[in-house]
Amino acid sequence: MYAQLVDTGVKRVKGLDEMSPEERNFQEKIDAEIKIEPKNWMPEAYRRTLIRQMSQHAHSEIVGMLPEKNWLTRAPNLKRKLQLLAKIQDEAGHGLYLYSAMETLGADRDEEVAKLHSGEVKYSSIFNYPTRSWADMGTVGWLVDGAAIVNQVVLQRTSYGPYSRAMIRICKEESFHQRQGYQILLHMMREGTEEQKAMVQDSINRFWWPALMMFGPHDGDSPNSAQSMQWKIKRMSNDDLRQRFIDQTIPQLELLGCTVPDPDLKWNEERGHYDFGEIDWSEFYSVLKGNGPCNRDRLRTRRNAIENGAWVREAARVHAEKHNKADVA
Amino acid sequence: MTEKQALFEYLLRLGDSDMILAQRLCELVGHAPALEEEMAIGNVALDLLGQARSWLEYAAELEDAGRDADALAFLRNEREYRNLLIVEQANGNFADTMARQYLFDAWHYYLLQALKTSADDRIAAIAAKGLKEVTYHLRRSSAWIKRLGDGTDESHEKMQAAIDEIWTYSGEMMVADEADQLLQAAGIAADLEQVKQQWQAHVAATLAEATLTQPADDSYMQTGGKQGYHTEQLGFLLAEMQYLPRAYPGATW
Repeated sequence: MYAQLVDTGVKRVKGLDEMSPEERNFQEKIDAEIKIEPKNWMPEAYRRTLIRQMSQHAHSEIVGMLPEKNWLTRAPNLKRKLQLLAKIQDEAGHGLYLYSAMETLGADRDEEVAKLHSGEVKYSSIFNYPTRSWADMGTVGWLVDGAAIVNQVVLQRTSYGPYSRAMIRICKEESFHQRQGYQILLHMMREGTEEQKAMVQDSINRFWWPALMMFGPHDGDSPNSAQSMQWKIKRMSNDDLRQRFIDQTIPQLELLGCTVPDPDLKWNEERGHYDFGEIDWSEFYSVLKGNGPCNRDRLRTRRNAIENGAWVREAARVHAEKHNKADVA
Repeated sequence: MTEKQALFEYLLRLGDSDMILAQRLCELVGHAPALEEEMAIGNVALDLLGQARSWLEYAAELEDAGRDADALAFLRNEREYRNLLIVEQANGNFADTMARQYLFDAWHYYLLQALKTSADDRIAAIAAKGLKEVTYHLRRSSAWIKRLGDGTDESHEKMQAAIDEIWTYSGEMMVADEADQLLQAAGIAADLEQVKQQWQAHVAATLAEATLTQPADDSYMQTGGKQGYHTEQLGFLLAEMQYLPRAYPGATW
C-alpha cells in the first residue's frame, strides 16, 4: 500500500509462551483490541516497524502531491482547479499528521525525511508513474486514492492509538477525493468528446496494474506480514485487500463504460469474487528499486525543495532566537 | 465610459489579480521550504482562487454576453487580462515570492477594507468575506519579511534584493485611472489615495522592523497591467493555465 514492504526485523513470530512478561502483557492488550499509546511499553521491533511504516506512509503523501501538481497549473476550469488544489493541500496535511503521529514514537521528522532523500526509505511505487493527461487527475483520485482507502479503512483499527486516530481523520478526506476523481472521469465519459473518452480509457489502461501493485507482494512473498498481523499493525493480508479493491472497483468501471487491460478478469460465481490475471512483479520490484519512469524526478524535486529552503529555515531559527533573547532581556 | 463598463473593468482587475497570483502560487506546490509552508501556500492560493471566482462570476453576469467565469479566466488573452503587473512576476526564490506577496497583501488588505463599505452590495459582500482571508495572508507575509530581513546575513541580503527588484511594480496598485475615478465618485470603488497612505505606513513599519531599506521615493514605477499592457511573463503563464480549454475548444471538464 502506501507502505508496501515494511521490514519488521523479526525472523519468526513468537508464541505467547516464548515471551517475556512485558511482551506477553503487550501482546495480550493487542489481542484484546486495547490500543497501544505512546507512553506504554512496547517491543523495540514494534516501535521500529511502526516508525518505518508511518514514515513511508507520510512520505507517500508528500511525494504523492507531485504527480497531481503536474496538472494543477493546467486544470481546465475554476472548479477543478479549486478541487485539485484542496486535495493536494489535504495530502500535505495528511503528511503532517502522520509525521506528528510518528514523532510520538521518538522518531524525528527531519531525520526520516533525510532517509527518504537518501533512498534508504521508500514511498509508494504508484507515485513513480507519470500523469500524462488531465484524465489522470480523475484516475489517480478514483483508483489510487481508492486503493489507499481500502487499506486505510482497515488501518483505522490498527493497534497503535495515534496511527489509528490519524487514519480515521485521513479516511474521511480520502473518500471525498475518491468521489471527486470518479466524477472527473464520469463527466468526461458522459459529456465528453471522443477524444476525452479515449483520454479516460488510456489513463485507466496505464494506472490499472500499478494501482493493484499498491497492495504489495503476494502474502507468500511478504515475509514481514505475519509479525505485522500479530501486532495488528496490519489487519488484512495484501491479497485480501487487493481482492476487496477489485471487487468494489469493477462495477464502478462498468458504470463508466470503460475496461481494464486484463483479459483474465471475470466474475467467479463460485468464489463470489472477480478472478484476475497475474501482476508483473518484475515491474513492481524494479520500480521499488528506483527504476520507474519518475523515481529520479520525484526524489530530485523533494530534495531540491528541502535543500533550497535551508537558508529560509535557518533564517527563521536565527530570527526566533534573536527575539526570544530580546524577550528575556 | 459608462458606469457599467467601468464596473466590468474594475471586477476584471480584482478577479484577474487574484487569479494570476493564485496561479503563481500553484507553481510552487511541492517546492516549499518546509511542509508547514506547503500548507500555507496552498491556503493562500485557495483563498485567492475562490475570490477570483467570485469577482469573475460577478463580471460575467454583469457583462451578460454568454461568457461565464471560466470563459473569462481561460479564454482571454494577455491583452484582455487586467491584473496588476506585480502578481505576474515570477516566483524567484522564497524571498522574491514573499516580497511580491507582502507588497500585494498590504494593498489587498486596505483595498478590501475600503470595499467592505462599497455602495455596490455584492462588492461589499465579496470584500467582507475576502478580508478575513487576506488578514491572515498579510499577517503571514509580514512575518516572513521580518524573519528573512532580520534573520541571517544571507536571508537579509536576499530579502533586500527581492524588495529592490519587485518595488518598481508596487506603484501601479495605487494609480487611479478613469474607471477607478468614475466608480469612486459613485461610492463603489476604493479611494486609492487613502489605500496608498495606509499601504505606505504599513510597508514603512514592516521594512523598518525587518531592518530593510525602503527603495527611494522617486523610484521608477512601471504601470500598464490594469489596462492590459503586461510584462513578457504573462503570456507564458496564460499559455500553461489555459492549455486545456484552448486545445479542446468546446469540451467541458
